[in-house]
This record gives sequence, structure tokens and C-alpha cells, in this order.
Amino acid sequence: MAAPVVEVQNVSKQYHRDKVEIRVLSNLSLSIPEGGFVALMGPSGSGKTTLLNLIAGIDRPDSGQVIVAGTAVHSLGESQLAKWRTRHIGFIFQFYNLLPVLTAYGNVELPLLLTKLSSKERREHVETALNLVGLGDRMKHYPRQLSGGQEQRVAIARAIVTDPTVIVADEPTGDLDKQSATEILDLLGRLNTEFGKTIVMVTHDPRAAERAKVVRHLDKGELN
Amino acid sequence: MRVFKLIYMNALRHKLRTSLTILGIAVAIMAFGLLRTVVAAWYLGVNQAAPDRLITRSKNGITFTLPVAQKQAIERIPGVADLTYSAWFGGFYKDPKDFFPQIAVEGVHGLSLYPEFIVDSAALDAFDKEPNAAIVGKTTMDRFGWKIGDAVRLTGQIYPGDWDFVVRGVYTGRSEATDLSQFLFNFKYIDQRMQVEMPARAGQVGWWVIKIDDPAKAAAISAAVDKEFENSSDATLTETEAAFQQSFVAMAGTIVFSLQVISFLVIGVILLVAANTMAMTARERISEYAVLKTLGFNGKHILGLIAGESLLIACLGGVLGMIFLIPVLHGVGVALKAWFPAFIIDPKTYPQAAATAVLVGILAAVFPSWRAIRVSIVNGLRRIG
Amino acid sequence: MSLFLTYGLRNLFVRKLTTTMTVLGMGLVVFVFAAVLMLAHGLEETLVDTGSPDNAIVVRAAASAETVSIMSRDQAGVARTQPEVALKADGTPVATNELIVMVNLDKRKNGDAGNVIIRGTTPDIFVLRSGIKLTAGRMFTPGTSEIIAGKRAAENFKGCALGEHISSAMRDWNVVGVFDAGGTGFDSELWGDVEQIQQVFKRPIYSSVTLRLKDAAQFDALKKRLEADPRMTVDVKRERQFYTEQSQATATFIRVIGLLVSIIFAVGAVIGAMITMYASVSNRTVEIGTLRAIGFSRTRILGVFLIESVWLSILGWVVGVIAASAMSLVTVSTTNWDTFAELAFSFALSPRILIGSLVFSVVMGLVGGFLPAVRASRARIVESLREAA
Repeated sequence: MAAPVVEVQNVSKQYHRDKVEIRVLSNLSLSIPEGGFVALMGPSGSGKTTLLNLIAGIDRPDSGQVIVAGTAVHSLGESQLAKWRTRHIGFIFQFYNLLPVLTAYGNVELPLLLTKLSSKERREHVETALNLVGLGDRMKHYPRQLSGGQEQRVAIARAIVTDPTVIVADEPTGDLDKQSATEILDLLGRLNTEFGKTIVMVTHDPRAAERAKVVRHLDKGELN
Repeated sequence: MRVFKLIYMNALRHKLRTSLTILGIAVAIMAFGLLRTVVAAWYLGVNQAAPDRLITRSKNGITFTLPVAQKQAIERIPGVADLTYSAWFGGFYKDPKDFFPQIAVEGVHGLSLYPEFIVDSAALDAFDKEPNAAIVGKTTMDRFGWKIGDAVRLTGQIYPGDWDFVVRGVYTGRSEATDLSQFLFNFKYIDQRMQVEMPARAGQVGWWVIKIDDPAKAAAISAAVDKEFENSSDATLTETEAAFQQSFVAMAGTIVFSLQVISFLVIGVILLVAANTMAMTARERISEYAVLKTLGFNGKHILGLIAGESLLIACLGGVLGMIFLIPVLHGVGVALKAWFPAFIIDPKTYPQAAATAVLVGILAAVFPSWRAIRVSIVNGLRRIG
Repeated sequence: MSLFLTYGLRNLFVRKLTTTMTVLGMGLVVFVFAAVLMLAHGLEETLVDTGSPDNAIVVRAAASAETVSIMSRDQAGVARTQPEVALKADGTPVATNELIVMVNLDKRKNGDAGNVIIRGTTPDIFVLRSGIKLTAGRMFTPGTSEIIAGKRAAENFKGCALGEHISSAMRDWNVVGVFDAGGTGFDSELWGDVEQIQQVFKRPIYSSVTLRLKDAAQFDALKKRLEADPRMTVDVKRERQFYTEQSQATATFIRVIGLLVSIIFAVGAVIGAMITMYASVSNRTVEIGTLRAIGFSRTRILGVFLIESVWLSILGWVVGVIAASAMSLVTVSTTNWDTFAELAFSFALSPRILIGSLVFSVVMGLVGGFLPAVRASRARIVESLREAA
């Protein structure tokens, strides 16, 4: 097996909700090798999204270490972290989170604006990504002109356009009908097998979890 | 009572937005009050004019003077109780840009026709005895930092040359609105020098001030004075002091008019700010209004809720604005001292500002309410998701 | 990069009603700001252009306006025969001895009284001020009580149009011609024969001598000699500068009042922009979280919302400036406090006013957008994203 690209070591995390302390993760460790495809499952409130957020560098652990792509994510400052995310993380959300005022093309181009690529290079990358998700002919469409499945494919194109090290997906099929969900899962599977992308996916859906190489269950902040 | 509580609680839901809107309305109401006060300040002279004083000036125009020899003819006219003259000196102290009025008066007798100027007897005594004594209003004293006993040199423009005065007194006003910017001195001082340097201009006064025994006869006495000099080269134009002041206000008519226009534009700004807030609020609550409708509330109830909140915000803004107005007027009054002798809130400003706030409150609610009422329950509820 | 710029604009178009109201509010403020500056600028421009660059004017020392200046015949004679003065073909100097009197006339519009300048002059005035043309009637005949009227005086005052007459100093003054002085201060004046005016108004003096220089560069020499001459006690000024100075009191007043009002108005508009931008930020919490997750830094989020707010202000500027430029068709007439005479002038737009009002507007946008943008940039990613559910 290849070297681990994601190393979560002894991580704990708790939240305060109206003065009540909620322990979300306790002393949790997880290792994902390069090219891995991990599905995180578990009941609501089990801490799976929190774990995903820690790996993606949008949240910080109270203790423990998160090392992704050789970087100790938990020790980076805000602006370093933002740069790091651009380079290493591709995000896929349950509700797609496309910007309604931008076309499919504009949405996919968005992360590239944070790089030093020229507009011609950006165009090439965007077109490649949209063709890959099968929406090469929908570039000028606005999100509201697309179906849910198409929107999620645009979101996937946005996640891969920067060629990130890890793709994190939070319930990517949670808002989709069965057929669209299948299409999205096929796409994620291809990204993993054909392009060797490391994928971490949170899901409720056992059919989604089937596509992953490894399925981990979280319960009360612990992996089993 | 429940309804008021609901309106009140609704207003508190977006504390930041509500406070900003109240603040915005307050600033605009304050600007409205400020502009009305500036306009009123212009008319202050007109309102303060004594009804029993007439002003007679040259019919030819303001730069023309009148011969002092007209005195006897005017005094003979029935109804004339007292008579004096004045002249506009039109000089400056050090810098021509620092304007203040300097008026040559007919000694102590001249001052006696202006009971609204309060002068102490020591100053009057000096004014009578010393040819170059000056009595100066408090505003101008403070502006140039003069003290009693100071020697002041003015440069004349209408009466050319340097003129040396000694400040012998300060006058104060009988009311808050009295003009305290004047620099008063004895006409004899300039006239004696004119007799030597420019004999053609000696014995020429700027205007006559006539005290009449009955204000009701002002028109008849004015006509009688003007008839007296009708066919001379020094034809006169006599009018009440108020009309005389009014003609100076009319000179700046365009600017006064612009300020009035601007004071209405500011209402437009408030209206837009308030309407924007109400539109946002109503839009966010479309689903709640739909729920209320399912419970049996009708369009009028919803209009009441939106308009009530809008009125509450506008009125709070109005009250705050009027509170702001007082210190701001004081500051602006100090800044504009050179142009406006006195700066007082016109009592009419309060009801006007209150009416403006209420109007804004109602108007701002119209469009959002119309939208909220029009939306069908189904459409409204759909927005919950 | 253009996507960043257009992104803000597109978001504004999504919320049409709110954007329209905010833009109109800012537009109103920009309108007031620009209109006031245009008024002051129009006044200055009118008076600056009243003077010609080659002309010098001689007035009594310390006289800030011709209306308060007095010169004797002898002094006028000395002034016009200086070697720097240009000569006509017949060898006489290109100079006019002028006497200013002010008469009280009624305005056509509302019957209010206004002070109108009657300038006693000589036919040479058309040589000295070559830009001025008679547009109707004929020149006054010297030695008679005929006058010609500037076009704005003719329009604004009773008795001043061609064929009408005004009565002053026991004389009827017949208007035999109307001239166009190109929007300068002369357009608000009446001109007649100086000798007649001296006699009728009993003023055996001159107010000023205006003369054409052979060479504008010789002005300093002329000024130095005349002002040092013990017989004279005069000031010599370039005509342009002399008239420009006469716009100061009124222009300054308009600006002071105008800026004061604009700043107070601006506070209102800034608060309007702030409300709008706060709403924009709170409506787009998820969007902010998404952008942050993608890798946008806090500074960039700050920038995104500031740009949006600046767009609001630029739209407001466009609205305000369009409305204000319509004002340049308006001519106003008011008393110039430097001379006490009535002066007609137009609102005048200039590149400086355009840029100044743009800066003013953008500053409103930045100030109004700053706090909301800070709030947007401070949002915690995880919590922002959670709002989606």
C-alpha cells in the first residue's frame, strides 16, 4: 500500500452549544493511503462531518494532529490554511453550493482565480473538468437551469479543477434521486480508479458506501 | 395589546438593521431640521423687524446715497415720531474676506432708535464724546478677539483710506435673535473727513430710519415721504423695516430656494433607507405572513403589522433626529457665524419633522405590504424550505 | 480577474428592489454633491471668463469690486497713457474709462427687486472685449440716454429687453440693443455712455480703467510703475484675476453649505448601503462558507464584499451624475455678495467635479461596505456551511 496521504492522530473535538459541552470526537485516529476511497458512516451527530472538516482544514481539533499531504494542517494560520486548501482539497457539498450568479463555467473557474494561471490556461482546465463530468455542453448554463444531478457534477468539476490531493465529499448524494445519485457515484468511482484521486466521503447511503474501498463507522465520536 | 407587542418584537429581530435604519432616519430628520433652520435664519431679520420703523433709501439703488438736507422735509410729515440716518461703511479689518457689517449712525440719538441693542451708559457716554468711539456686537468682538479699549483700524472701501477706531462698548441683544455682528460708530467721524477729502460726498447718508407713531399708518407715511422727493434727483423708496429686510433676503432668493429643494430631497433619502429596510424585512417574513394567513389573518392585519413596524422605526428615528439637531445646530451656528448673526430653531420645525417621520413610516410600508399581501399562501409557504 | 469584479455586480442584480433603492439613495446624495459644486463652479467660470487674458484693470487701491472703486479723471488719464497700453490704428490707446452704477430693477419672474449694474463705457469696449457681439438692435449713441443690455439682463429684468426702457435718476433709458457676452458676467449688465452716466447720476468720477496690453508679459512692469506712482493710489490687476476674485465669497459660501449638507446626506446613504450590504452578507452565508472552503482567504472575502459595495456606489454615481448634468441646462440668477449686483450663471460640470463626485461616492461605498465585509470575512466556515441544512 502507498504511503498515507491523510493521517489523523489522537484527535479530540468538542463543541459548546448554549453552555452545554458536546464531545464530538474523542481520541480518534485514521489513516488513508494515497489513492484511497474511504466512506465515513454513522448516525447523525456521530462526528463524521466534523472529522471531514478537520481533514479538509476548515475546522481545528482541540487536541491531536491532522497531517494531510505531508502538512500539519492543525498548525497552519488562517491565510496559510486558505492557500493550502486551494492546492490540496477539493470540496463536494450535499447541496452543491454553487454560486447562483455564476454560470457553470464561472463556478468551476472560481478556485483557479486563486492560482497564478493565465486566463487561457484556466479555460483549458475548466473545459477539461467540465468535459470529464460530462457537462462540456452546459458551460454557459446557470445553476438554476440545471438539474440537481447536473449541479452536483458542476460541483465535482469545481472540486477537481485544481487537481487537489484529496477530495472531500459531504453527503454528495443526499439531495439526489436514485438515478442522479448513481451517476455521481460512478463519477467519484472513476476519479478514484482512473485518476487515482484520494476521496473521503461522508454518507448515510449504504449504496454510496459500497463504492468506497474502505467503510468506517463512527459512533459517539469513535471509529469502529 | 398583543399586536403592539408583536410589532415591537418583530422590530427587535434584526437589532442591527433596525438600529441602523433608526440612525439613518435620525440623521436625515436632523438634516431636514438643519436646513429648515438655515432657511429660517435668512428670514430672521424680516421677523425681527420693528413694525414702527420705516427705512427710506435712494430709489436709484443701493449704492446711491441721500442728502442729509432731506431731514427737515421728512420731520414735517405727519406721523413721523422720530428720525435718524445711517450709512453703510463697507470696510474690512485686516482681511477683506472676513465680512461684518459696519454702520455709521447719528451718534447716541441714532442708537436710541434701536432699543433692541443694549448698551451700558459708560459706553454711551464715550460714544457721545469721542469722535472715533465704536460700539460693537458681542459676536464680532469675540470673532476678532477685541476688548474694550482696543484700537481697531478698518480699511474703507466705500470711504477710502484707513480709519482708526477705539472700541468703547459692547452691545448685547434684547432677544436671542438680535443681530450681534454690527460695528457701530458715529457718522460725524467719516463725514468730517469727507468734507476735506471728497467734498462732493459730504453730507450724504445711506438711508433714513423713521420711527412712526402708529404702525397701521406705515403705508400712508411711506407714500408721503416718497411723494416729497418724487421729482428730485434724490428720489426715495420708503418701506417698512420688514420689507427692507425682505429685499435683502430676495437677493439670495436662489440660494434659499435651493436649500428648500434640498431639504425635500433629504426626505427622499430617508424614504429610500426606510423602504429598503421594510422591503427586506417583509421579504424575509413572506412565509410567516403565509402562516398568519392560514390562521385567518387578512391583508389588513398584515398591512398593520408592516406599517406598524415601519412607523415605530420612523418615529424613533424622528425623535432621535430632533435630539441630534440641538448640538448640531449649535456647532453649525458657530461655523457659519460670519453669514448668520443668529441661528435658532424655528418652532415650526418640530411638527414638520414629526410629520415627515410619520409620512416616511407610512410610505415605506406601502410597497412591501402590497407584496406581502399579494403573495398567495402556497407560494409564501414554499419559501420556508 | 474580471470575474471578481463582475461577481459583485451580478449579485446586485439578483436583489433588484433593494439594489435600486440603495442606488437611488446614493444617487440622490451624489446629485446634491455634484449640483452644489456645479453651481459654485458655474459662478467662478462665469466670472473668470469675464476677464480677458490680455487686459488689465486699474481700480482704486483696496477696492475689491468696481462698485466701490473711485478714480479721478486725472488718474484715469495717467493710466490709459502708459507705454504698455496697446494702440489703435489712429494712435489712441485701447482702453475704456468706466463708471459703474447700480440700479434697482424688478425681476420679470416674480417682481423681486435686484441690483443691476449700469456700466458707463465707450464704444471702444467692443475693441477691448472682442468676444462680445451685438445680437439685436444697435450700439448706443454717445451723448444720449440710450443703453444696450446683456442678454441675461434683458431676459431677467423688466424694462431691459430691446425697445423697452427703464427709469432711473429722472431719466428714461431706452434699450436700443442687446449683446451676447458668451455667458460671462457682462451678460447681466446694462451698458451706456460713460459721460452721460456721470452727468445724470452726478458722479464726476470713474470706477475703473480697463486697458489692453501690447504684450501680456508687460503686465508686471505696468503694475509696478502705476502702483508706485504717488498720484495714483491704485491697484493694477489682470482682468481675469480681478473678476475671479469677485466670485470668492459667494462660491465659498455655496461650497461650505453644500459640502456640509452633502456630508450629512452621505451619512444617510452610507447607512443605507450598510443595511443593504449586511443583508447581502447574511443572505449569502453559505456562499461565503463555500468560498472559504474552496480556499478563498479572509482578505479575499473582504474584497469580494467591498467590491460589491463599491459597485453600489458607482451605480449611484452614474445616476447622480446623469441627473446633475441635466442641471447644466439651468441658469440661475442671484446676488453676488462680492459686488452686491445680480449675476446670472449656469450650473457647470467639469472633469474635476465628475472625478470628485466619483471619489465621494466610492468613499461612501467603502465606508458603508466595510463593516458588513468584515463580518463576512470573519464568518466561521463550519458554521456558515451548516446554514445550508
